[in-house]
Amino acid sequence: MKRFLGFIKKEFYHIFRDKRSLFILFGMPIAQILLFGFAITNEINNVEIAILDYSKDTETQKIIQKIKASPYFHVANEIAIEKAIESEFKKGKIKAVLLFEKDFAKKLQTEMKATVQVITDATEPNIANTIANYTQSIFQNHQSQKSTVQKNTTGVVIQSRMLYNPELKSVFNFVPGVMTVILMLVSAMMTSISITREKELGTMEILLVSPLKPFQVILGKVFPYIFLSVINAIVIVSMGYFIFGMPIQGSILLLAVESILFIITALSLGIFISTISNSQQTAMMISLMGLMLPVIILSGFIFPIASMPLPMQVISNTIPAKWFIIIVKSIMLKGVGLEYILKETLILVGMTILFIGLSIKNYKTRLE
Amino acid sequence: MNNLSEKIIVVENLTKQFGHFTAVKGINFHVNKGEIFGFLGANGAGKTTAMKMLIGISNPTNGRANVAGFDVHTQSEKVKQNIGYMSQKFSMYDDLTVKENITFFGGIYGLSRKQINSKTEVLIQTLQLGDIAQKKVGDLPLGWKQKLAFSVAMLHEPKIVFLDEPTGGVDPITRRQFWEMIYAEAHKGTTIFVTTHYMDEAEYCDRVSIMVDGVIEALDTPKNLKNQFQVSTMNEVFLKLARNIE
Repeated sequence: MKRFLGFIKKEFYHIFRDKRSLFILFGMPIAQILLFGFAITNEINNVEIAILDYSKDTETQKIIQKIKASPYFHVANEIAIEKAIESEFKKGKIKAVLLFEKDFAKKLQTEMKATVQVITDATEPNIANTIANYTQSIFQNHQSQKSTVQKNTTGVVIQSRMLYNPELKSVFNFVPGVMTVILMLVSAMMTSISITREKELGTMEILLVSPLKPFQVILGKVFPYIFLSVINAIVIVSMGYFIFGMPIQGSILLLAVESILFIITALSLGIFISTISNSQQTAMMISLMGLMLPVIILSGFIFPIASMPLPMQVISNTIPAKWFIIIVKSIMLKGVGLEYILKETLILVGMTILFIGLSIKNYKTRLE
Repeated sequence: MNNLSEKIIVVENLTKQFGHFTAVKGINFHVNKGEIFGFLGANGAGKTTAMKMLIGISNPTNGRANVAGFDVHTQSEKVKQNIGYMSQKFSMYDDLTVKENITFFGGIYGLSRKQINSKTEVLIQTLQLGDIAQKKVGDLPLGWKQKLAFSVAMLHEPKIVFLDEPTGGVDPITRRQFWEMIYAEAHKGTTIFVTTHYMDEAEYCDRVSIMVDGVIEALDTPKNLKNQFQVSTMNEVFLKLARNIE
């Protein structure tokens, strides 16, 4: 045990004396959370819009009031003629124009239907799309309020409720995502690099010739990273909770246990990478290309898995990060217990066993 | 010094195969306690492979080897506790100070804090390290590092120390100093098992084996070998042997 503690102490020396690894360990998580939390967002806030109201009746006024009251839009100006729309867009300030047709209220009364046109600047397609959706929901909201007052309205009324994230905050998506990326990066990449570094320097040989058993060597190398990853997970979840108001509906204990499980999965993957690569460069390339890109692209962190082509969806199943993101979201947002995420948990356990098994097999082959 | 009755390494029919390639072809030899044993051979002759089996980090395909009274295959843990090892690559941690390196390597061999402290003192004295002890190993010149690495390999007072081309890349003066350290250890009764490329170093050994293509072609004292091949230097012995094989 004393030998083991000495080993861990040495490992911490390595980490704390290397500015690069320090940055990856502590600078990166905070920078990423802040970046994703504040800058990279697909929410809209205070988007400048213009209104062209041909009818100017009570009905349109009500809707315009609603739009003005919402935090998403800021009505920059009101346009009088259709021709002015184009030039407004060209100025670049206005992102959308709402066009109410003539006799809006009257048509709604007599024909049960009136038209409002939402014209958006689609040079930025995501924003345009979001604006269209947001305005639509405001109209729907207005409509449904009316229909409860006047019972004579017929037709289908859509009432959508956004569960678990009613304000559609993108932070709720990014916190689990960033946590996954960081834990993967720290656990898999940093351990694989630190193990291959010993191989490269020749110190691994010295360690293997020493009375330390191979599993003690590996355990000693990964233990500090378990510790640091746990700290990272705590930092990320706290930032999500305190700065961005991300709820933790489920059990914190369960979240902690699942996070440690994922950390171990990533570590075993890191160990596996270190058994197949002989230099730090190789380990880094494999980690970056083989892990980081799939984690970011195929895990459902940024791009929804359901809209990927089938082969990609199949591949995404082999990525541990995908399952961990599901687990974290389920616990934090839906507040579910273990019984709902049993499948995902077992998949991670299975993957961990597989990676450790492969690593032992590779190690044995080298001895033979 | 050489107690011929006490054999500390006994190798019988030791074989190592990688697929169809046989790197070590059933070699037999022994090393006496307290002797400096030179293990020579050209690159690819199989000497590193053989050495890896002796230090317990590679399993023999066939045959057996007994090191310090323990079987390398079945009792490798016991073997490891009794041997020291220094490899051709310089193997200490550059980002740790001299003292931290000593503490770490002492620690993994299970030395107590008290033992480590007294050993460190002695080392700093004998190597005249002084202030350098607080410096990071990466800032030391190569010669210092090699001497330090050797001292660290001797920290737990092993019965045998294996040196894999310990003087690669250092200047002649440091090499000379290094061999003085080896002699000093051998005087204390430690067995030295050394591989080298430098044939002048082979002259310093008590006995020398020369490996060619996985087989030990010659094994004797440097003097006897030179007589046997009727030449004046070990270099010529080596060349003659290699030429005869071809």
